[in-house]
Amino acid sequence: MTSAAIEVFLQTLIAGILLGGLYALIGLGMTLIMGVMKIINLAHGELMMVGMYIAYWMFVLFNIDPYLSVFIATPILFFLGIALQKFLINPVLKVDSILPENQVILTVGIGMVLANLATIFFKSDYRSTPVSYATNAFYLSDYWRDSPIELSLSVPWTVSFVLAVIITISLWFFLARTDTGKSIRATAQDTDAALLMGVNVKLMRVVTFGIGSGLVGAAGCLFLPIYYLFPSLGGQFTLIAFVITILGGLGSTIGAIIGGLILGVFESMTATYVGMGWAPVGRFVIFVVCLIFLPGGVASLLKRKKLGK
Amino acid sequence: MKKYLPLIILALLAVLPLTGLSTYMLHIMILVIMWSVIGMSWNLLGGYCGQVSFGHAAYFGVGAYTAGILYTKFDLSTWWGIPLCIIVVALFSVVLGYIVLRLRGPFFALATLASGEVMRITAENWVDFTGGTMGILIQKRTWVDKTWYFYIILLIAAVTFFLVKKLIESKLGYYFVAIREDQDAAESLGINTTLYKTVALCISGVMTGIAGAFYTSYMGYIDPHVAFALHDISIITIMIVMVGGVATFWGPFVGALIMVLLAEFIRSMPGLGTAYQTFFGILLIVIIIFLPNGIVGDYKKLKRLVGLGRATS
Repeated sequence: MTSAAIEVFLQTLIAGILLGGLYALIGLGMTLIMGVMKIINLAHGELMMVGMYIAYWMFVLFNIDPYLSVFIATPILFFLGIALQKFLINPVLKVDSILPENQVILTVGIGMVLANLATIFFKSDYRSTPVSYATNAFYLSDYWRDSPIELSLSVPWTVSFVLAVIITISLWFFLARTDTGKSIRATAQDTDAALLMGVNVKLMRVVTFGIGSGLVGAAGCLFLPIYYLFPSLGGQFTLIAFVITILGGLGSTIGAIIGGLILGVFESMTATYVGMGWAPVGRFVIFVVCLIFLPGGVASLLKRKKLGK
Repeated sequence: MKKYLPLIILALLAVLPLTGLSTYMLHIMILVIMWSVIGMSWNLLGGYCGQVSFGHAAYFGVGAYTAGILYTKFDLSTWWGIPLCIIVVALFSVVLGYIVLRLRGPFFALATLASGEVMRITAENWVDFTGGTMGILIQKRTWVDKTWYFYIILLIAAVTFFLVKKLIESKLGYYFVAIREDQDAAESLGINTTLYKTVALCISGVMTGIAGAFYTSYMGYIDPHVAFALHDISIITIMIVMVGGVATFWGPFVGALIMVLLAEFIRSMPGLGTAYQTFFGILLIVIIIFLPNGIVGDYKKLKRLVGLGRATS
């Protein structure tokens, strides 16, 4: 390999990891909801779109930086998620019907309404946030004068990635250390046992949906400076979140993080070496391969290793 | 009387073009019947066999593109797409079924959803073969008048209806329902669930593909966003069956009638045109919460509700 080829490869790898960190955040919300409620939230991407629009308008109207909007969008999305769960999804859980997939179809309906309302209110224009640091980058040659290869690191991507990592770590702390977090994990593992142990399963469901929505709202804020915004962007992110969930293993937090990184790297590799338009196909190739050869996702690999010890 | 109801409705529909309907009304009827074909085939897989597919656009699009590519590459009439797509879509369903049918419940739903998207992206990027986002334009329409199109889709619908009915009333239908109710129990009773699920998927896919091939001939234009649309095909298909009635013979027809008319009505309202998805979404939410088995499936409940409303008022 020539140095130019190595440069392209490393650059792609870096871009993939940065993208993967953000993907992991999107996947985490879905994995949490899936683990606790055993339903897929097909409105996940649309919730992210709502978060992005909140951050966008905060920036345009009040000149609040999208990264600060995390503190605004996340609570709003949290309560939106709680409301959706309480008033729409919970009633359906009780209804008796032929198809048990009703809840999934319901989330599709919610997503449709959200995406369409966004189209009506904000038009279907592509928007981007003109933050001042959008095109800034760190260059390797600035720090290491004689480096044989040149690599660059975009500032907004890096900041988004770091924030995503911070949010992920704090989520992990929340799940591992606090009572509520432990109750959520107990509900995910075994609803009946959790109920017997005195966990308020119903409340945990509502809270989980809220947290999942809040996470994806935060992810939306982090995505805003590096991506453009349009009302129908939700669908593609729902699929990404879902691919990550499958890749990582259902309901597994660590799996979702690893899954997000794998997907990000793989996607940017396909974009560089096969062609931009094929990146989404790469996403699904990984998905299908995973379903066939590794149905339990990365989480099952981790478990196997633990058992082997 | 009830036995002959399908024939009576078929006869009524058959004389419909003779009553001098406007071209626009005929177009609406063609759409209604085309959507009921898709709805019926989805119902076979989703309603009876319990495999809720979120990606019927994949079959629809493969059918549509089979017809379209026959025209662009081999210079044949698009109508040849209908017989050919039986083979193409059946093969496609078997391959896809091998991957997705080993999954259950939500996994299956999402794998099918992804399959539809994969097909769309492939069609967008494989420009040499599919024409990419430019789509395929059929320059030579067979007829200007819509009457023949109406009869052709009516014939397809009639065949689909009787096929689904015969299938469901045969032993196969009981297998399907057994798989839907409890797959493990069905398997332990000696039903080869994988085989029968594949059969259901194949028939369902082929019927949807035929509707797709018809769509190409009728509309004269397809592109990846039309033929493999997630919301406008896959989700609408589910909505049609949900609104009409899951696992009922007439549900898809009723659903298609309501949905197509509603869509046309909302689109014709000034200022409301873009909001039709909101209305669809709200309708879907309301139906799922209050009439989970659809209008036909929960007909008694609906009648009681209406009756109560009348009694109190």
